[in-house]
Parts: sequence; C-alpha cells; structure tokens
Amino acid sequence: MATVTVRTLPWYAPPRVAQTLRQAKRYPLVPISILMIVLVIPALFAWQIAPYDPLKGSLAKRLQPPAWQDGGSIDHPLGTDKLGRDILSRLIHGARVSLAVSMVAIFVGGIVGTGVGLISGYFGGRVDSLLMRLVDISLSLPTILLALVLVAAIGPSFGTVIIVMVVLLWARYARLVRGETLSIRERDFIARARVAGASHTRIMVKYIFPNVVNSLVVLATLQVGYVILLESALSFLGAGLPRPMPAWGLMIADGRELIVTAWWVSMLPGLAIMFTALALNLLGDWLRDHLDPKLRNV
Amino acid sequence: MQRYIAKRALQSLLAIWVMSLIVFGLARVTGNPLDVMLPLEAGPEEYERVSKHWGLDKPLYVQYGIFLVKALQGDFGNSWKWHGYTAMGLVMQRLPATLELAGFALVISILIALPIGVGSAVLKGSAWDTLAKIIALLGQSLPGFWLGIVLMWIFAVNLGWFPTSGRGGIQYMILPAITLGWFQVAVIMRLVRSSMLDVLDSEFVKLTRIKGLAEWKVVWKHCLRNAAIAPLTVFAIIAGVLLTGSVVTESVFSWPGTGLLVVDAVRARDFQVVQAVVIVFAGIFILTNLLVDILYAYLDPRIRYQ
Repeated sequence: MATVTVRTLPWYAPPRVAQTLRQAKRYPLVPISILMIVLVIPALFAWQIAPYDPLKGSLAKRLQPPAWQDGGSIDHPLGTDKLGRDILSRLIHGARVSLAVSMVAIFVGGIVGTGVGLISGYFGGRVDSLLMRLVDISLSLPTILLALVLVAAIGPSFGTVIIVMVVLLWARYARLVRGETLSIRERDFIARARVAGASHTRIMVKYIFPNVVNSLVVLATLQVGYVILLESALSFLGAGLPRPMPAWGLMIADGRELIVTAWWVSMLPGLAIMFTALALNLLGDWLRDHLDPKLRNV
Repeated sequence: MQRYIAKRALQSLLAIWVMSLIVFGLARVTGNPLDVMLPLEAGPEEYERVSKHWGLDKPLYVQYGIFLVKALQGDFGNSWKWHGYTAMGLVMQRLPATLELAGFALVISILIALPIGVGSAVLKGSAWDTLAKIIALLGQSLPGFWLGIVLMWIFAVNLGWFPTSGRGGIQYMILPAITLGWFQVAVIMRLVRSSMLDVLDSEFVKLTRIKGLAEWKVVWKHCLRNAAIAPLTVFAIIAGVLLTGSVVTESVFSWPGTGLLVVDAVRARDFQVVQAVVIVFAGIFILTNLLVDILYAYLDPRIRYQ
C-alpha cells in the first residue's frame, strides 16, 4: 500500500495559547486546583506552610477575629479559637488529618474488598454465596450507628476511625470487583492462562486484577469525599478523632457554642470540608465518565 | 414471588441478628461497665454484688442468650444513666420526636425537590437546569451538621426568625428539618429529573400533545404520574438516611429525639440504651428495605428472577 504523507503547512499551525486552552478544557482543572489548594498541598507541606503550631496557642490571643474584621490582625489571618490557637494553621494540619484518614481507610478497605470480590467472583459457588450474603448484610447496616457503636466500644482514636471506615467501605469494593470478575473469568485469555498452567492466585492477581483497576480508581475517588464527610461527622459527634487533633469536624464542634460571638471558629473548617467534598465529587464524576461509564449507578 | 419474599425476609432477619451480635459483642469490649457505674472508692464486694445483680458474672455466651431472649420480648434492661427508666421505655419515649422530625423533613424535601426536578427536566439545558445541578452537587458535598450550624447562625442568631434549638411548635422544626432533608432533596430531584426525561420522550406523551392538551396538564398530570414510580425505589435509602441523619441533626439542634439519646448514651457508656436504639433503628431500617423490595418486585416482575 502506498504511504500517504501529510505535510503540515507552516501557516496552518494554530496559535499555541488557544491550543493549550482547548486541551485544558478536556481536563477537570477546576476541581483539581481546588483539591490542590485546600487538601493536597496543605496536607503534604503542613509543617512548612502553617505559620503556627496547630496545638499550641496563647490564651492572651484567644478568639481573635479574622484579619478583615474589626479587631483582627494580620498575624492570625483567619483568627484564633477559644484556646488562642491559629485557625489557619489548624486548617492546614486538618487537611493532613483528613487526607491521611481517607487514604489509609480507602486503601485498606479497597484491599479487603478487592480480595473478597476476586475470590468470590472467581471461585463462585458456595464461597461466592457466603461472601455475598456478608456483603448484603454489611450494606444493610445503618452507617452512623454502626460507627458510633464501634467507636464507643474501642474508644476514639486514629486507628478506631480507620477500622470503622474499613468496615463501612469494603463491601462496595467487593460487590464491584465480584461483578467484573464474573465476566472477565469467562474470557478467552483466562482459559489460556489456565491451560498454560497458571495458578488460581496468579490468574486473579496477574490477569483479572489489572482489568478491574479502572473501576476501582473511580470508586475510590468517589469515596474519598464520602469518607471525609463521615469522618468529620463522627469527630463532630465526639466519636471520631480525639482532641486536640486538628480535625475539621472537631474544629466545627469546638466552634458550635461560640456561634453567636465567634462565627469564624466553626464556619471556616466547614468551608474547607465543603470545597474538598465538592471538588472530589466533580473529579469522581469526570473520572467515571471517562474511565468507566458503566459505573453510573454506583 | 413467595420464594422471593421468603428469601428477602430471611436475609433481613439475618441482618438484624448480625446487628444484635455486633452490638452485644462490642458493648462488652467497651471495658468493664462497672468502672463507670460504681464510685471510685467501691470495694471488691461492692463490685461483686452489682455484677451479680446485672448478670455480668456469667459467661459471655450465657449473657448473650439472656440478652437475645429478652430482646425478643422488647426488654433491653434498665438504663444505667437515667435511673428508673427502662432502655426500651426511653427509646419509645423519644421515638415520636424523631419520627415527627423525619416525616417533616421528608415532606419539605419532596416539596423542594419535585418542582425543581420537574422544571429541570422540562427546561433541560436552561438556567433552571443548571440551578438543579448545583443543588444536587451541594447536596452531596455539604456536611449536614455544618449546614445546621450555618442555618442556625443565619436564621436564628442573626435574623432571629426561628429559635436556635429545642422542641416546640412548628417554628422549632423548620431549621432541623431543612438540615435533615437537604441531602434527600438532591437524591429525589435527580431521580425525578431522569425519570421525567424518560417519560417526556415516550409515545403517549406525544399523543397527549397531538390531542392538544395544555402543556401544564401534559407535564404535571400525565408525565409526573408515570415518573413518580422511580423515586419509590430509593425510599428505603431515604428512610435510612433520615434515621441515621437524625443522630447528627438532633445533636446540633438539641432536638430531644432518639438520635440525641444515643449520642448521650454512647458518651455515658450506657450499654442498655445504645443496644435498644441501635436494634430499633436497624430494625426499622432493614424492614423498610424489605418492604420496598417486595413492593418493587410486585410492581416490576423482572426483579424477582434476578
């Protein structure tokens, strides 16, 4: 066959800026930048960015309003709380806490759920129906109550919150991965791997798992927002992370009684949670549309 | 159909049983409840006397057996924090307040969600549709407890339109109900929108238009009636979220319902009350799920054979 050479004519090259803009539009830049500013950068560089220690305050400076209000000073741009701790520094360290909780919880929950889903979908039969019963039951338990009981039993700590989240999260991964595994199992390359003598474990890890990664990424992204909201709700109820950790939910709880005199103590962390969850939802929707449109109902 | 119902009912019973096991097991891990109940200077014989009185000296499986038999009769023992009350009595006393709030929240969220959902389907792509999208997104992203505080700050503290907390007339209910119903608005609205879009596209709607019916009649009478079936599927989810959401909302607004009760009980390590609340909530939650599944299988025969 004859090769066709297409010669780009020099005067046809589109202006660089317009091209970059057009490409940029295809990516969810707004949610990504919100996430970077509110969550990721503060979380990674908390100690470098935060102007003050999040746990130490001076009572002389308690309840200072933000800089733009009367009585506020630029020393504490977002004001101080009732123990004189700098709110901006606490928000920055709070991002670290939120990110850590959600990453660890989703990672562990994802591993447990994916393992169960792979085994359940690959082997089928009795194992499958037993494991899926467990998933059904786990999904039909009321979330916040289960979390409250768990936290009340083990006592509030970082580890407890992770356990609670894992208990709440694994079932969704299991159901998703099982569904995908059921259809992948029937494909030709799995049969060939069997003939070639690959073990069950090897097939699950090497041949099936890579095919479910896309769906897992979408589900995990959609769940980060959920985990951050749930963690903050638990902390707010006094059943999540313990004081004096700079968790956003705890900060809101601290500011609740001060709502009449010092609105900034509870309003600002709420905004941080809202923007984070908003951006994660937008990003998750975008990923779902691009990586895995069949997940619409998850 | 009967097989399907039997299977689902058995599954629900199993779920309630697992919940009872979790609750009982975890409550016993909390540490020795006697430490909380007895004064610091209590001697060992005091411990023994009280422990015998509550049956805490028996092996765990016997304790669970007693717990299960009594639970089936609705008896969860006496509250340890609120003296002179039974756990179940406390729950039943507080439940009406929670149901009242949840019911009101459901009404409010439907009243807000229906017009916006229908409007955004009919005027797809308009500013109204964009508004609906923004509301749906905010519904997923706003932490309920924080929304409650914001509403309280704006409408109760600054504007003084509503009281900040407590229970009384309808003015006490509006802010908590909006807080509780907010998430549902997004869910119901999205469902109404998508099912309205399906219906608007169907043949019989074209026929009603050809017939020359007024547009409002086509939309609000013929379409909405058919589109209203879909939101039924999420009713179980909504009921569940309203119940568990009440825990958060009630503690923000000091609404004297079951949600506030369970938070107080968890803080005071009042096992009996926590058990009673969780089992009652789980029961309501799981039964609603069961009822909706059965109802839906009845309406849509394809479900039964899955």
